[in-house]
Amino acid sequence: MTQQLQLFPAGSLDAESQAAGTLAIANDADPREADLSGVHTVTLNFPGFSDGRAFSQAFLLRRRLGFAGNIRATGDVLIDQLQQMQRSGFSQAVLRADQSLIHGQQLLNQYSGFYQGDAVAIQPRFAAVPA
Amino acid sequence: MYQYSDFDRQFVQQRAAQFRDQLDRRFAGTLLEDDFKPLRLQNGWYVQRFAPMLRVAVPYGEIASNQLRVLAKIARDFDHKEDNDISNAVVALADVPSLPDRCAHFTTRSNVQYNWIPLNRAADVMDLLASVNMHGIQTSGNCIRNITTDALAGIAVDEVADPRPFAEIMRQWSTLHPEFAFLPRKFKIAITGAREDRAASAWHDVGLRLLRNVDGDLGFQVRVGGGMGRTPIIGSVIREFLPWNQVLNYLEAIVRAYNRFGRRDNKYKARIKILVKAEGQAFSDQVEAEYQDILTIDGAPHTITQTELDRVSAFFAAPDLNCDRKSADAKIAHILKAAAEDDVEFSRWLTQNVKPHQNPDLRAVTLSFKRLGSAPGDANAEQLERAADLADRFSAGEARVTHEQNLLLPWVRCDQLPELWREARRLGLAKPNIGLLSDMIACPGGDFCDLANARSLPIANTLMARYQDLDELHDLGEIDLHISGCINSCGHHHSGHIGVLGVDKDGQEWYQITLGGSDGSRLSGEAVPGKVIGPSFAAAEVADVVEALLDTYRSHRDERETFINTFKRVGVDPFKTAANAVRVATARPTTTA
Repeated sequence: MTQQLQLFPAGSLDAESQAAGTLAIANDADPREADLSGVHTVTLNFPGFSDGRAFSQAFLLRRRLGFAGNIRATGDVLIDQLQQMQRSGFSQAVLRADQSLIHGQQLLNQYSGFYQGDAVAIQPRFAAVPA
Repeated sequence: MYQYSDFDRQFVQQRAAQFRDQLDRRFAGTLLEDDFKPLRLQNGWYVQRFAPMLRVAVPYGEIASNQLRVLAKIARDFDHKEDNDISNAVVALADVPSLPDRCAHFTTRSNVQYNWIPLNRAADVMDLLASVNMHGIQTSGNCIRNITTDALAGIAVDEVADPRPFAEIMRQWSTLHPEFAFLPRKFKIAITGAREDRAASAWHDVGLRLLRNVDGDLGFQVRVGGGMGRTPIIGSVIREFLPWNQVLNYLEAIVRAYNRFGRRDNKYKARIKILVKAEGQAFSDQVEAEYQDILTIDGAPHTITQTELDRVSAFFAAPDLNCDRKSADAKIAHILKAAAEDDVEFSRWLTQNVKPHQNPDLRAVTLSFKRLGSAPGDANAEQLERAADLADRFSAGEARVTHEQNLLLPWVRCDQLPELWREARRLGLAKPNIGLLSDMIACPGGDFCDLANARSLPIANTLMARYQDLDELHDLGEIDLHISGCINSCGHHHSGHIGVLGVDKDGQEWYQITLGGSDGSRLSGEAVPGKVIGPSFAAAEVADVVEALLDTYRSHRDERETFINTFKRVGVDPFKTAANAVRVATARPTTTA
């Protein structure tokens, strides 16, 4: 069962992001070089919503490294990208201040399925659903 | 052609619903234009000089007659100039009164565009498209774009393997890919399955060529980092042979490397070609390492199964056309010979517009959308409907949008050629000019496009008018004339034997001429960008320059030598001299690209 992305209003996890066990990985860093021992939450940043590097970082953390903790999206996080974030391996998203959390929640279930496998549902449709 | 499943249909409908919600929020003011822009772009909606432009996806060019009829309905009911407020538009580069509306435009990437649909009707248009499984998904934006191939895919006599099943499998893989929707820049993939590359694959971000290795196994040669724009680069071979079932895994490795390392600081340096050029071998190593990790650590989940290839391939089986070869051969030959002798135009049409087919009883027929008074590739509602009728009567209900901005009927029985010709001629779609000078490629240019520095369409019209004489066109032979209104190169001027590029100098339109470009086809040879022949020319000079170039060709050619081969043999100098001899105006000198 896919874990639903948890949504948070802007600023709500600021204090927690300084706590032990939380690691911020820079937008241009390779997550495979990060020391994840003792880390329960990784924060990845969207400096602008159209900068898609964090999607690949999340994928590598979740799929390649098998990181089982929280992967949190921060920065310019728009509700129209939440489904993408969830599929790339994010488990938490802190919305930009002007974004509607309620509408965002609705947008997480716009599609009944996708073609390709992702970081969470690994198999593509053609492999998961026999013809 | 591929038939949509319940899942595919529902997916397109859900996409249309998603776009309606975004549009509603945009109009309500809760979605800001800056945030909306990439969302509308990834549904094909641009905002252009006067009005929005919609780009409808035609995956690998295949289109059914019922889809053509819906495109016609959209042209007739929605593509209206008067529905847009153009009173405050900057009209410097456009001739608004003469601009066509109520029509669709075939693009070089085998999509279809509209120029006059108001944004407040956009959601209704998307619903209408979805009713026939059409959409604008990823026809724009910084994502993996509509995948292109050869208009003769699956029917070409020189084909190694049919690229369409792979194009469809890649279409599905790339559609709404969660990781790759916000790349540094757009990303274009082309596949060719034939010995001759009619897909200009070396000019793409990724160019795939189906081939068989020494053991007879099917795979892809993979090129990466080709592209036009201000830095024209031919893609480099990164893999000589990749087993066919690994293509999605390998593409994932390429696009992931691009997403992580492509430049985001400068839009003009953000295409993968710049990364490939800058990194060289290091880029190849990165891709190979990533590919190995996908295989060994991720378990290569996107390895294409034989079952899936068979399932998708079954949709591309040739339609049953009830050919009776044994009795037909002599009869067909007789009919065609008699008709050709009877009418030189039919004979020319057979030569130029009719191509051989894998099935000897069939032919592929191109309907020409290059005629006087219309922009290259424009089709009005009536023509789209009549083309749909022709597809139903003569081509199993299928057509294809070609790279050269025409429509091709892929399943025409030989014995029906005379009848098809008469019908197509009645509709003005049988001009026997395919591959000739007037079958030119042109982008919409400054008349419609916000990016353009100069108009393309008046240049195309002037040349079309000057080269109406079919005897002269046939004497000039096969030649690629490509016209772009700006350096973004939508009119593919870099790959034209003669390329025309609109440039802006001191607020005026000027045109740079390039010679000797190639898209990589047998006629043109290895893909290569054309060479600029000196300073730009004024708009009024372009037709004279082209005429001077063609006269130079005629005076230098050997027998039936083509323009491109004469150019390659004698070099640029005589052409340059001839072009400069007709120069009257001179642009303020600037450095040429």
